[in-house]
Amino acid sequence: MSTFTLFKKDISIALFSVLFLILIGFFVEHPWPKDFLISIFSFGLLAMSLNMLIGFAGMVSFGHAAFFALGGYAFGLLLQSESFLTNFGALSIIVAFFVSIFITGIYSAVIGAICVRLNEIYFAFLTLAFQMFLYSVIVSWVSLTGGDQGLMGGIARPVFLGIDLSNSLHRYIFCSVIFVICILLLRILNKSNFGYSLRLIRDNQERAEFLGIRVFRVKLICFVIASMVASVGGIIMTLFTSGAYPEWAFWTQSGEAIFMIMLGGISIFLGPLVGTVLLRLINDVVQMYSSHTELVTGIIIMIVVLGLRKGLVEYLLEKTGILKK
Amino acid sequence: MFDFDALINCFGMASCAVNQLTSGLIIGMLLFLVASGLTLIFGVLNVINFAHGTFYMVGAYFAFSTYLFTESYLLSAFVGALGAGIFGIFFERVLISKVYGQDILMQLLVCYAFILITDDLVKLIWGTDYIAMGIPDEFRLAPFRIFGGYVPPLYAFLIILSLVIGILTILLISKTRFGSIVRAAAENSPMVSALGIRVPLYFALLFGLGCALAGIAGALAAPVRSLTPGMGFGILIESFIVTVIGGMGSIPGALIAAIILGLTRSIGSVGFPLFVDGLMFLIMAIVLIFKPTGLFVKGSPK
Repeated sequence: MSTFTLFKKDISIALFSVLFLILIGFFVEHPWPKDFLISIFSFGLLAMSLNMLIGFAGMVSFGHAAFFALGGYAFGLLLQSESFLTNFGALSIIVAFFVSIFITGIYSAVIGAICVRLNEIYFAFLTLAFQMFLYSVIVSWVSLTGGDQGLMGGIARPVFLGIDLSNSLHRYIFCSVIFVICILLLRILNKSNFGYSLRLIRDNQERAEFLGIRVFRVKLICFVIASMVASVGGIIMTLFTSGAYPEWAFWTQSGEAIFMIMLGGISIFLGPLVGTVLLRLINDVVQMYSSHTELVTGIIIMIVVLGLRKGLVEYLLEKTGILKK
Repeated sequence: MFDFDALINCFGMASCAVNQLTSGLIIGMLLFLVASGLTLIFGVLNVINFAHGTFYMVGAYFAFSTYLFTESYLLSAFVGALGAGIFGIFFERVLISKVYGQDILMQLLVCYAFILITDDLVKLIWGTDYIAMGIPDEFRLAPFRIFGGYVPPLYAFLIILSLVIGILTILLISKTRFGSIVRAAAENSPMVSALGIRVPLYFALLFGLGCALAGIAGALAAPVRSLTPGMGFGILIESFIVTVIGGMGSIPGALIAAIILGLTRSIGSVGFPLFVDGLMFLIMAIVLIFKPTGLFVKGSPK
């Protein structure tokens, strides 16, 4: 009850957002906005959860997309398995959803236990190294994952509770509800004591230790939660594409997620989400006019990083005087 | 997944063992050159060059083009190293030095963008296909016979040359004036610049040296590996594993760790091909858990 009263405002914003997203689903006939929004839900969760590490806790991970990919692959593989489907029948989707998140949680706890003790530079590089390890497993374990072709053949989407995920409207509403729940969860964590502990650790780890915070444990919990939220992003993507692809685990995916955060700004809670939308738009525009997307994206990143030296959103807000320096 | 019979058979035959050992040493020595550049830059500038693999790639492509024109392997290796070094100094001065001392997020993004740009430029200039340089004419000689195994002269040359370059680098850092200035600047750069030494110049030169080491590794590897845009990233991850095992900042540590990894790769490819990457990461994880500073660096982890 206390959580409810404390976060009344956030919860009502969340309810309002769900309603708004559902209305879009019902009243927009054209498939493009829904498809665009689902990809924003998916990559938005990747960026938002990465910002829980970078923005809240000061842990700069360069390998966050690994958990996105792991969630997606686990979900897809479970729903491709005959015995899994016969065992759980109509509940398959729900069970697969939670099992995939759980698997990612276990994996990230192992990686986190090795990485979170280390200093900033080591942490960034090690998370990257472990992501590339997952990538090489995905690419070389062809019999299970389909190798560099990705998980082909589509996934089963049995109807549950009257929700049919092969229907694009049902799928869209399902994804938007999950998305908003995850964002609300991140918001509550950010505003709770846990979030304050994370910020204290970010700003002064020694002081946090003196105040009796178990730094290692708090950081590890943060790492695991962020990874699990990222895996939800992967699950949404798997539902959407009806497959899973090794590019999700490639290092550029993590680089992109970092740039999303940078674009939106790490100091604003919903900044990464804005960054996700911006990067998607940039990508689409660049792809329209040039076949050398990487070159152009790279130059844009250089301009933003070396020219503005902060997120585009933060820069604009400061220029217009809404956000104080 | 595991085929220990094949492994035992291979080590039962001297010829197979010799072949695996030489190929392990080749992988290890090339890895050592890349990793020593990475560890050198980290030791002095305290930045991790996430774009280090790019210079390996650039070195290889420069060497390939030089070889097409001159047909001289040694000259092309030299051009590869020089080109990567100059490119590295450019990268340091124009881009990465702007974010020294800033949030690591900025450094990551600069490197990420730099890798994207150079990979795409390489695609534009040399195309997206795999390129093979082939064994250079100078080394089309009869192989040495050692214990019934055949060792091509090129392989022997690569191993010895890499070792010589490694020793020269250690001497350069520990014995020369350049080395002492750089080491002093790493300890206390305001003090060194107060003595009238242009610290940024030395930092740029050192960065260039590190990139040249990656470049010469790429150039030397050109005849034995195929060239492709994005080839630098794999070696970046491996050379990072090397520096973690050997200890960040230690060149001798990098040498031993690189040989361990090289042998793991070549022996693993006979006995457990699918588990080679896994074993490399396992070794790294074990070192990190029990000795986070790496095997050859004393003191406590930062």
